[in-house]
Amino acid sequence: MTEVSVPELSLVVLVGVSGSGKSTFAARHFAPTQVVSSDFCRGLVSDDENDQTATSEAFDLLHHIVGVRLRRGLLTVVDATNVQWEARKRLIELARSHDVLADAIVLDVSEEVARARNAARPDRAFGPHVITRQRRELRRSLGKISRDGFRRVHVLSGDEIDDVTVTREKAWTDRTHLTGPFDVIGDVHGCRAELESLLTRLGWEVGPDGAVHPEGRTAVFVGDLVDRGPDTPGVLRLVMGMVAAGTALCVSGNHERKLVRALDGRKVRVAHGLERSLEQLDAEPAEFRAAARTFMDGLISHYRLDGGRLVVAHAGLKEAYHGRASARVRSFALYGDTTGETDEYGLPVRYPWADDYRGRAMVVYGHTPVPEPEWVNNTICLDTGAVFGGRLTALRYPERELVSVPAEQVWYEPVRPLTARPPARDPGVLDIGDVDGTRFVETRFGGRIRIAEENSRAALEIMSRFAVDPRWLVYLPPTMAPPETSTLDGYLEHPAEAFEEFARAGVSRVVCEEKHMGSRAIAVLARTPEAAARRFGIADGTAGSVYTRTGRPFFDTRMPELVDRLREACAPLWEALDTDWVALDCELLPWSAKAEGLIRDQYASVGAAARASLPAAVAMLETAAERGLDVGALLDRTRRRAHNAALFRDAYARYCGPVSGLDGVRLAPFQILACEGRATAVDEPHEWHLKTLGLIDSPLVTATRHRFVDLGVPEERDAAVAWWTDLTEAGGEGMVVKPASFTPVPVTGAPPAGVREAGPAGERPEDAPRPARAQPGVKVRGREYLRIVYGPDYTESLGLLRRRFTGRKRSLALREHALGLEALARLAEGEPLWRVHEAVFAVLALESEPVDPRL
Amino acid sequence: MLLTITTTMRPATDLGYLLHKHPGRVQEFGRSFGTARVFYPEADGDRCTAALLLEVDPVRLARSRGSSSPDFSLSQYVNDRPYAASSLLASALADVFRTARTGRCASRQDLADSAIPLEITLPALPCRGGSDLARRLFAPLGWEVDAEAVPLDPGFPEWGDSRYVRLALRGRVRLADALNHLYVLLPVLDDAKHYWLAGDEVDKLVRAGEGWLAGHPDKALITRRYLGRRNALTRDAFARLAEVGDDVEEALEPPVEEEPGTETPEPAETPEATGITELPGTTERPGPGDDSGLGNDSGLGNDSGAGSEPAEARVPLNTLRRDAVAAVLTEIGARSVIDLGCGSGQLLGVLLRDPALTRVTGMDVSARALALAGRRLRTDRMPDAVRARFTLFQGSLTYTDARLAGYDAAVLMEVVEHVDPPRLPALERVVFGTARPSHVIVTTPNVEHNVRYEFLAGDRRHPDHRFEWTRAEFERWVAGVCAAYGYTADLRPVGEDDPEVGPPTQMVVFGRREERP
Repeated sequence: MTEVSVPELSLVVLVGVSGSGKSTFAARHFAPTQVVSSDFCRGLVSDDENDQTATSEAFDLLHHIVGVRLRRGLLTVVDATNVQWEARKRLIELARSHDVLADAIVLDVSEEVARARNAARPDRAFGPHVITRQRRELRRSLGKISRDGFRRVHVLSGDEIDDVTVTREKAWTDRTHLTGPFDVIGDVHGCRAELESLLTRLGWEVGPDGAVHPEGRTAVFVGDLVDRGPDTPGVLRLVMGMVAAGTALCVSGNHERKLVRALDGRKVRVAHGLERSLEQLDAEPAEFRAAARTFMDGLISHYRLDGGRLVVAHAGLKEAYHGRASARVRSFALYGDTTGETDEYGLPVRYPWADDYRGRAMVVYGHTPVPEPEWVNNTICLDTGAVFGGRLTALRYPERELVSVPAEQVWYEPVRPLTARPPARDPGVLDIGDVDGTRFVETRFGGRIRIAEENSRAALEIMSRFAVDPRWLVYLPPTMAPPETSTLDGYLEHPAEAFEEFARAGVSRVVCEEKHMGSRAIAVLARTPEAAARRFGIADGTAGSVYTRTGRPFFDTRMPELVDRLREACAPLWEALDTDWVALDCELLPWSAKAEGLIRDQYASVGAAARASLPAAVAMLETAAERGLDVGALLDRTRRRAHNAALFRDAYARYCGPVSGLDGVRLAPFQILACEGRATAVDEPHEWHLKTLGLIDSPLVTATRHRFVDLGVPEERDAAVAWWTDLTEAGGEGMVVKPASFTPVPVTGAPPAGVREAGPAGERPEDAPRPARAQPGVKVRGREYLRIVYGPDYTESLGLLRRRFTGRKRSLALREHALGLEALARLAEGEPLWRVHEAVFAVLALESEPVDPRL
Repeated sequence: MLLTITTTMRPATDLGYLLHKHPGRVQEFGRSFGTARVFYPEADGDRCTAALLLEVDPVRLARSRGSSSPDFSLSQYVNDRPYAASSLLASALADVFRTARTGRCASRQDLADSAIPLEITLPALPCRGGSDLARRLFAPLGWEVDAEAVPLDPGFPEWGDSRYVRLALRGRVRLADALNHLYVLLPVLDDAKHYWLAGDEVDKLVRAGEGWLAGHPDKALITRRYLGRRNALTRDAFARLAEVGDDVEEALEPPVEEEPGTETPEPAETPEATGITELPGTTERPGPGDDSGLGNDSGLGNDSGAGSEPAEARVPLNTLRRDAVAAVLTEIGARSVIDLGCGSGQLLGVLLRDPALTRVTGMDVSARALALAGRRLRTDRMPDAVRARFTLFQGSLTYTDARLAGYDAAVLMEVVEHVDPPRLPALERVVFGTARPSHVIVTTPNVEHNVRYEFLAGDRRHPDHRFEWTRAEFERWVAGVCAAYGYTADLRPVGEDDPEVGPPTQMVVFGRREERP
């Protein structure tokens, strides 16, 4: 039986005359979505699959579809006659432009068979001469089709066509089934002694021509094993042994490439340490030279490992090239991306591709010596210049741990001083593609969350015009929903419904935290400006930022002073948390400190208008009543409204305090969002947060009063209701009820973190049936406070207002909460800035969704 | 909210005939958002007062817009409409006194045709522009105006006055005219967003203004404000974010030029040779900056000029600036240009008329600015030949963006000063590091020149300006950019180069050097 093998990711071009059975063949061996047929495209653009006048545009469409599929990494089969060289050439070019291989499958049937088949189909009305012409063209092609540029041409004829099996072969670069753990090792350049020390440090047992790790780790070499150093044959012997034994993988470096050419006797410029390799290899037996040549010649450009989460290439690799095969992919992997310019040392200026890298796979590479390996957008360069007297470095994966040994000496003088390059680091500039348009953000605790374009656009404007530096903007707080509406006389909100809601969700213990009435504030504080530079990459001497729910800085010019005072106040946290920075979720008091403009423009104005007009109306009505007009009910109502207006004025005035400079400003932190290496908002229960924050003793910081309630004990519920009543009657805004030991659970069915989804599934997450998750918290606001939300006279229309719908708000609260935790988790895991920003930006975008603003 | 109309003619009770409302009764008129009542607190031969009391239920008011649409703001619930004499009162007045407003009175037509002694009080009249503006608008119509500001909150005297005045008008005026004055001028003084009005406002204005509006010295202001805020009928995502951040939405509005008249009905089309037409009303206000805020904040700026400018006619600075930028583009032979921070598209209009430019692109971060630009440039009816040269999109100067690359020139006209200083390095990297056009033209105010604008009183030229540079500061910034990104720079003044304080606007033309530093 004949077998045809095509690459797993490739363009398969069927070739055969009309009636040769291409469509039948394609349907038998490929999924319907993998096959793009010219007849189908012709139908799409003309409503007639045989309308030859539409052929040109039908092929434009076909090429477009094929291009999109290949870009997205999908095997694609083209079902068209492709008997002409030009048609095949366009398809090969298309495959190349997406860096995938192309195979041709030729169905060589006799003219009689094709004619008979066409005759049996009433829609194929064209004359027999068409088949004859196509057949002639095919025959002419067959002789030289192997030179078209296909990886392979499979010619099938007769019974083969029906009997063949089609198999898929993995790409050479595909080692995704290997899950490690790995020790990725930087450029060795003939430094055998250093390599042995490093492997030993990593726990390997090293022999003369091989090494094994007792825990079964696999070494991955980033290439450039050879040249410059003292013992290129020794390094090759060791690595060849490891690769042969299956304990190591190795990708090709540019130096291996050139050494092979030199060994083959090709004309190359003997420089950059090549002379040493040639000299050292000359002293080796011819068999070893041959084996080394074969080994190096067989090295491939890059490997994809661990389900695609890890990519190793000598000079790095941009995402579009992962798993692809073409000359330019190989060139990028071996030589990197260059701008075409040269620097003052005459070396090529490299294009900083890693700055633009947005892939989810970690890319580990070497090639360019750096003084310190640094993470840039989930990529890292391990070449620390061992041969130039630097160090030989390895990365433990998945631990993300760097291990290195110093060079024993300077083995080769560098052309460019090792320290001349500024250290690379995550750039503070983000790309529009990180935030623009309709987006789907993967979150570990809330699944995939959709951000509509209208919302991204509003967020882009606020973010660009008003927000603090994105490196400080590590979190934005989610919105919070109220409980079900109370049916208690005179109340719209009451703790009873909040307790009931959590009890129903299976929560046994909750914490009630006083809700401070001020402005929500996120404080990101570093112990020192140096810590800020190290952790956040902000090197302008600032050591923190305090910003609002929309990312705006508090107190433009006095921000540094506020940050300094807060850093001082937070001193006990540095030791307690073993950190040199912290992000806090707080309320900044008084309300008027930030919102005075809004209070004056909106709330005080309403009060002023009421104060001016209602007494005048009362006076007119009293005069009219004296005249005997029937205005009694209206007069009573107007007097009551005047009273409500006075209560309204008191409600907002309570939260206004004198602020001069920073005097009078207080901060009430209630959660520690994150600190070094930890997303504490994800890991720790509220008790821990409140207790740890209790260590702070400063007049600037206000404690958050709270109490824990066992929902199974009615007395505890009653006591908490009494506490809330006292709190709100004394002018407090209300309280927030949260599950005491809240630990978010990853959403089941979500793709594992680190795997990039192929694209939007078009399904809104809120449409998907999913058991209702408990709210992370609900707010229960006081009766008088609600006057500034629902208006002075809201108590007069409670019946109407009780018909409020909280569903949308609750869904929004869950989504924003999941995004907020996602941002913190990404921050704690050291993910690149754009990944943290993506989630933070999404919170802001969701905040612009229309919901009842009074909830 | 309350309005009283008092007369002292004899017999004063004839007011009842003129208003078509009986002084002995309390009459009710249902409105979608509440109830209007007319009653007479006093009614005798010497003095008769009619009171119009409008009870507004804010819950019903918000619902009267129909639907359970959640697209509303908190300010629609907590607002002054139940108390202040706003457009709601004006529309209630128009309906309740519909016949009186036409000046018809079958039983007392001669009285309806005559000026009579009237006294009108409004205890809480929202008045953007203060009591002075109330005087300015009513006095030319024959009223003696007594306007007293209402304090914002007696508990916080430092907050000063509210936007409300207690207004009393006295004069001998025909009653129908008096009612029409109120009908038109209440919303004009209020100048709030008219969430609850829509429709044929132009016709209504024409009818109600008959006989007095044409001769009013502030006709332009009245027209603009009466119609001006119609575009704010629908709120958008941006406004919701302002609310979330405890910000006043107006304070966040983008700094775009929005001339008077952009809301007036479109005249018959008068396409020019290039096919580019701009909406009418591009009359420009002489002043130091063309940012709308300056004018709007003074309440009158767009109509009367900024106040302390020399009286003689002169070319407005924003025109000089656009001309200077256009001249530089010609000088460097640019074929393609991108206007970064294009605002409402003033410069784009000029650039599209230049046939040498084969590609003209506008970018702004503000969706509202882009909508204004689209309207100004009439993108919906642009000829294909122009459309092929033109692109408009939303983008940001602090995010790198492949769409910004590939132009001969980028223009940042009065843009950098709207960016917080700590974010400038990001902008520099986006423009000079990533987009890297051959030329970049930047203009920004010269703060030294501000002393020539007395009315600024030490303020910046626009409330959204995050800084304004001296010439030395500007030069320092320019030098830093050149060194970091490999550009050369040519500094040029725009406007009259004052020997002491320099020009009002400073401009730099950056040219890219071939090699990177």
